[in-house]
Amino acid sequence: MNQAINTHAIIAIYKFEMARTLRTVWQSIVSPVISTSLYFVVFGAAIGSRITEIEGIPYGAFIVPGLIMLMLLTQSTMNASFGIYFPRFTGTIYELLSAPVSSFEIACGFVGAAATKSIILGLIILATSWLFVPMQIAHPFWMLGFLVLTAITFSLFGFIIGIWADGFEQLQIIPLLIITPLTFLGGTFYSTHVLPPFWQTVTLFNPVVYLISGFRWAFFEVSDVSPWVSLAMTLLFMVMCVVTIWWIFKSGYRLKK
Amino acid sequence: MPSIISINGLSKTYASGFQALKTINLDIKRGEIFALLGPNGAGKTTLIGIICGIVNASTGTVQVDGHDIIDDYRAARSLIGLVPQELTTDAFETVWDTVSFSRGLFGKPKNPAYIEKILKELSLWDKKDNKILTLSGGMKRRVLIAKALSHEPQVLFLDEPTAGVDVELRKDMWQVVRNLRDAGVTIILTTHYIEEAEDMADRIGVISKGEIILVENKVELMRKLGKKQLTLHLQKPLDAVPAELAAHKLELADNGNELVFTYDTSAERTGVTALLSDLARLEIRFRDLQTTQSSLEDIFIGLVHNSAGAAA
Ligand SMILES: Nc1ncnc2c1ncn2[C@@H]1O[C@H](COP(=O)(O)OP(=O)(O)OP(=O)(O)O)[C@@H](O)[C@H]1O
Ligand SMILES: [Mg+2]
Repeated sequence: MNQAINTHAIIAIYKFEMARTLRTVWQSIVSPVISTSLYFVVFGAAIGSRITEIEGIPYGAFIVPGLIMLMLLTQSTMNASFGIYFPRFTGTIYELLSAPVSSFEIACGFVGAAATKSIILGLIILATSWLFVPMQIAHPFWMLGFLVLTAITFSLFGFIIGIWADGFEQLQIIPLLIITPLTFLGGTFYSTHVLPPFWQTVTLFNPVVYLISGFRWAFFEVSDVSPWVSLAMTLLFMVMCVVTIWWIFKSGYRLKK
Repeated sequence: MPSIISINGLSKTYASGFQALKTINLDIKRGEIFALLGPNGAGKTTLIGIICGIVNASTGTVQVDGHDIIDDYRAARSLIGLVPQELTTDAFETVWDTVSFSRGLFGKPKNPAYIEKILKELSLWDKKDNKILTLSGGMKRRVLIAKALSHEPQVLFLDEPTAGVDVELRKDMWQVVRNLRDAGVTIILTTHYIEEAEDMADRIGVISKGEIILVENKVELMRKLGKKQLTLHLQKPLDAVPAELAAHKLELADNGNELVFTYDTSAERTGVTALLSDLARLEIRFRDLQTTQSSLEDIFIGLVHNSAGAAA
């Protein structure tokens, strides 16, 4: 057996993770859809009745890309981190460590499954939002591209969190303390152009700004930064995650004794 | 016979600073059953963990069928099946799914007929659609064995496979192990039931405090270290061993009702004939006689005690 890539292993891990998702389909799909709907009601209806439009876009429609990103980021991170943390917690990680699989293959299986779930979720939320605000998507391929790239990137990020975490609290803390605030501050519900110049500069250090801006551009052709910059930043973050994962498996950090 | 696993200068110091393995050099021969014996905390699981890729070695190298476990991990690991000491299984997967998963993980294409065969051999076939969490401890242990066998390994590590398994199943399990050996699989096992090692193993290694203190062919070991005793139940008790019998290694037991003769089975002459004729000459008669041989357990306890004494 001298194959370059252990595809059987990738498929096995992917299927295992997808089966886990299907068992918990209720929490996985229904609860994010409900919370997104609540955001629509609260922000879209309550605030939208005062702010009618931002940069020529009806407020209700303007927040859709941000809300999808909010869900995409938190769900990708949480799914992927739980997926790899759980075998560490129960001890079944021994099998992954003793198998002829590379870090790349393990990450492909776990991240692929987590990203798939997030993408499906993102599309469901998009469909849900259509019920509230019918809208047009200017660049559907860019939209899908950003959706897929972001899901993969943040699943990679979640995978790292799942390896780093030493308990269930730490597993929860990153999405709660980092992802959600960064998303809220990253222009989910407003354009960063409305901020004073100093704060506009500060937000440029928030990676989520680039994601939301690029994603929103794909919908409405309005953005805080150029979509190419958004794309480049997403790819940069993705490469950073991949390198970290490669190092983790090479060194055995938190995995091997 | 060429060795299938060769361990050179292996040592392990855990992050805590505890040295679990000193310098280990060990060769496992192709096709043998090797029993690794040693008291709790001796380093058995650590050694197995390093070979299988779960624990990082501090120094030294391991080759499995010529493949380095680090540089050529893919080739090395695909030859190995591991049954871990701890009962670590998934909970919500079915037996069938978890065993199929393992096969995929080790890069093998699906083979339902083969998995069916393993599950039947391990008496798990009727449980194949049950979730693992509904199984008993002994059944979970067998699921772990099935997982380890799912990719048709050449080398099988069994870290205390019979802990918590009832007598009948233990027999079945050893039958599976024998069949594997007959099929050419090399087996390395640890157990605290020494009679199992005595039954099953071709060679025995004893590890104590992170050091291999003995590796020996089992038969050889039993012969070298095995003392045999002949106990004669006397018709009339003796007060002391008669002076005429001083040349023989004799002791009195049971208030002078038994005469115990200790001899070495590997010696050219055991001295049994000479003793019996001397007894006849002195007209010491006996009602009954019996011989006992020291078990591997006695040998093992003797060894570990000696090494503990030497270390102290
Ligand atoms: N992760 C760890 N960190 C620090 N010390 C450890 C770790 N794992 C094991 N040890 C220590 O290393 C030594 C060897 O442990 P190991 O599990 O290899 O023993 P063993 O021979 O398998 O024992 P047993 O028969 O109880 O299974 C023990 O003293 C143990 O406390
Ligand atoms: Mg052990």
